[in-house]
Amino acid sequence: MSWVDAVIQGILIGGLYALFACGLSLMFGVMNVVNLAHGDLAVVAAYVALGVIAVTHVPAVWAFLIVVPIFAALGYVLQRTLLQAALNRGVRTTLLVTFGLSVVIENGLLQFLSANSHSINIGSLVSDSFSIGSQITIAYLNLAILVAAVIVLLGLQYFLSSTQNGRLIRAVADDPEAAQISGVSYRHVFGIAAAIAFGTVALAGIAFGMFSQFDPSIGSDQLLLFAFEAVVIGGLGSLWGTLGGGILLGIAQEIGANFRPADQVLAGQLLFLLILAVRPHGLAGRREAT
Amino acid sequence: MTALLEVRDLSVHHGQLQALHEVSLAVPAGAVHAMIGANGAGKSTLLRTIAGLHRPTSGSILLDGTGVTALRPEQRVAAGVVMVPEGRRLFPSLTVEENLVVGTTSARQGPWTIQSVYDLFDWMRDRRGQHAAQLSGGEQQAVALGRALVANPRVLLLDELSLGLAPVVVRRIYALLPRLLESGVTVLVVEQDVSQALAVASRLHCLLEGRIVLAGQPAELTPAQIEIAYFGQTARGRNGNGRSGINGESGPPVSAAIQPADGTGQQEAPGGGA
Amino acid sequence: MSGRPGIEATAPTRPEGGAAAVRVTRSRRSTLWAGIAAIVVVIVLCYLPYLVYTGTTNQLIQFFMLLTMATMWNLLAGYAGLVSVGQQAFIGLGAYVVLILADHGANAYLAIPAATIGCAAIGLPIWWLVSRLRRGYFAITMWVVASVCELIIIQISALGGGTGAALQGLNLSPTLLNAYTYWASLAVAVIVIATVYFLLRSPVGLVLTAIRDDEAGARSVGARVARTQRLVFLVAAAGCGAAGALYIISSQFVVPTAAFSVQWSAEMIFITIIGGIGTIEGPILGTIVFYVLQQSIAQYGTWYFIVLGLMAMVIAIFAPHGLWGLISDRLGIRLFPVGYYLWPAGTGPRHRPVPVRRG
Repeated sequence: MSWVDAVIQGILIGGLYALFACGLSLMFGVMNVVNLAHGDLAVVAAYVALGVIAVTHVPAVWAFLIVVPIFAALGYVLQRTLLQAALNRGVRTTLLVTFGLSVVIENGLLQFLSANSHSINIGSLVSDSFSIGSQITIAYLNLAILVAAVIVLLGLQYFLSSTQNGRLIRAVADDPEAAQISGVSYRHVFGIAAAIAFGTVALAGIAFGMFSQFDPSIGSDQLLLFAFEAVVIGGLGSLWGTLGGGILLGIAQEIGANFRPADQVLAGQLLFLLILAVRPHGLAGRREAT
Repeated sequence: MTALLEVRDLSVHHGQLQALHEVSLAVPAGAVHAMIGANGAGKSTLLRTIAGLHRPTSGSILLDGTGVTALRPEQRVAAGVVMVPEGRRLFPSLTVEENLVVGTTSARQGPWTIQSVYDLFDWMRDRRGQHAAQLSGGEQQAVALGRALVANPRVLLLDELSLGLAPVVVRRIYALLPRLLESGVTVLVVEQDVSQALAVASRLHCLLEGRIVLAGQPAELTPAQIEIAYFGQTARGRNGNGRSGINGESGPPVSAAIQPADGTGQQEAPGGGA
Repeated sequence: MSGRPGIEATAPTRPEGGAAAVRVTRSRRSTLWAGIAAIVVVIVLCYLPYLVYTGTTNQLIQFFMLLTMATMWNLLAGYAGLVSVGQQAFIGLGAYVVLILADHGANAYLAIPAATIGCAAIGLPIWWLVSRLRRGYFAITMWVVASVCELIIIQISALGGGTGAALQGLNLSPTLLNAYTYWASLAVAVIVIATVYFLLRSPVGLVLTAIRDDEAGARSVGARVARTQRLVFLVAAAGCGAAGALYIISSQFVVPTAAFSVQWSAEMIFITIIGGIGTIEGPILGTIVFYVLQQSIAQYGTWYFIVLGLMAMVIAIFAPHGLWGLISDRLGIRLFPVGYYLWPAGTGPRHRPVPVRRG
């Protein structure tokens, strides 16, 4: 495996990591909630997609259209009920409640499904690829996921900068109290932000399920940590920073895998710790973000 | 005359500390009332409670006879109670125009629109695309005022407009008050600058340690009365040599005697009064 | 009053009464009884191996381990404001320190203090890395740190790599092994709780209680928040290291995925939330509740984590001071005298002190 190939594979997977990261980043930036259940929610989405496909026999790609809106709605409801109640108590309570949620989800999945790994069947698409030169192979699925991630981030960027709700989200993120006295129901705006976060994490989870094996514990073992690492490396407050963070994480992991397959995850984590040590606000983040 | 804004026996606690003790006041429609008092007296707490940011321990707030105490801040904006908060509190990552647009979220019908705010502050239209964080203090205050106006308030609460601003800028902003009143807005202003408060208000309330200890029309209040109410003790008791901090106990009406904040007024009379 | 119409003036008043009418004490009569009871309980516990079967003492070993961890997590999160989801890093490291020392011929029990100190030492560079992070970031970063420790140890084949290693050198009869491990875990639990108690009674404790009640406020009056947090972080690292040492001694075997599992954090956190965060009694009560639940929910693993997780979420929102908080507020008692009681004028031991309104 050449270095160039490692970089290219890293860029491709970086899109997926950025998709995972943007929901986490949004919830943290807008309502100061670190959703420790973030990874587990992605896994639930993958399982739900699996179930939907099994029951309705729609092509796998349609699973997005069904599951993502459901998750967005779930996000709004969960934010306005559980998470708002925790927020009213304080930051520590939101951490504890989302952690509890993570444990409940993971054990719930283990109890009612099984510990076995699954994958969302998309036929041959999972391994179809094309080659550039003799050393670089690009899988169509990976490329599609990267393209999807960029489109989603562009859409999110447009939403935040140019729509009324996006404006309200930015205002509430700046100063919830000033927003209140300007007539904005910040709880409702929090709900919208959560809906977007849950929608994107569902998208990311289903994409992950197509691309790799998943099981109940991978959410908190890997996905949450990858999302968080991408956020920190890229910096809070910038969607393109998040994409950059995801890509750098992916590249670090692929380079690590180049040394030894077991070093893949560790390499990414070491990059994360390095960034934390020397530039804690991330590559594109504002200085006061951490 | 029934008051447009009425506060009845309002008590507010910050944790175990009682910030307001059964405060009552009534502001009739079309009036400008001012609240003065030393730091920590409870002025901002009172305004913030009227705006809905603090829940009172007891007491009630009425708008045109209807209780609003149970309403959330954004609902009070829709009812017509809007605050311009202390320190401006614009949204720094939004542009000037976006700040104003946010103010329209729960706006009522009325004469104030974003365009009419641009007419009020002639420089704003050209700078509407700038980020709020890039403006000067006075410009931010104008935008904050505009953001409140576009909601077409019935009662406008102004919290320490003069904080951190040059006196000439403060005067310019207060000079706009007549235009606001013309458009049907009633104003309750909290001010650190006593002379400014006296200049604009039709009635003055002085808060001390969470209680209203003095209320009246500026023309009828003496400097000594205000000083006692403001600080809670007499000049003689404070510095022991009989000199008063303001011009004597039974001097001319206060509006002439209080030093304007930029120091262009008369000097202290030596020797002190009675 | 001026008498002129239109003007109201009231003389500004000041509250009356002096502070001399009120007494402040650190304890009351119930504290004395609690103290005596505690000593009696510890003495009885010491004799337990002679009185009961090893099944019971085994349970208690696990109990003391969890109590130690929960007490440490409570100190970190409940007093110093540092919510960590990564204390399993120190549990695993403590276990592996004992493994390494035992491989070189040391007595595993004597390695417990070494694991404690070793984890405190490793905690120092980790603190340097995480000290300036905001709460949410701190929580997950500690999780990542634990994961990094796990991944690094998996690489080291001398320590058994991913498949794990057995603890060497403890060639004792099962009853003796059980008894020694029991006493070691009892000692660790008692020392840990005593440490926390004395820490809270000390000037450091004053800072900690201030941080617990209002971190920003504590900073603003000049309390040495950062320094105190560092001390607490190192103490918690040490305590979890000791628990990790007990873990490997009691299971005689260690494997990275179990030693560094986030399940430890789940247990610590749920115990503390349910029992009561921010008090010494809370984790004790929480561990007891945990064990009672474990006995009654016959299937371990998934269901009992689901139930525990739901309980913790509900309690965190609706009863944020936990079960002990409910009991303590209702009865006005504290078993460990680390706070203050306010007695209004004319009251004595038969009366109830003034309840403190928590913000």
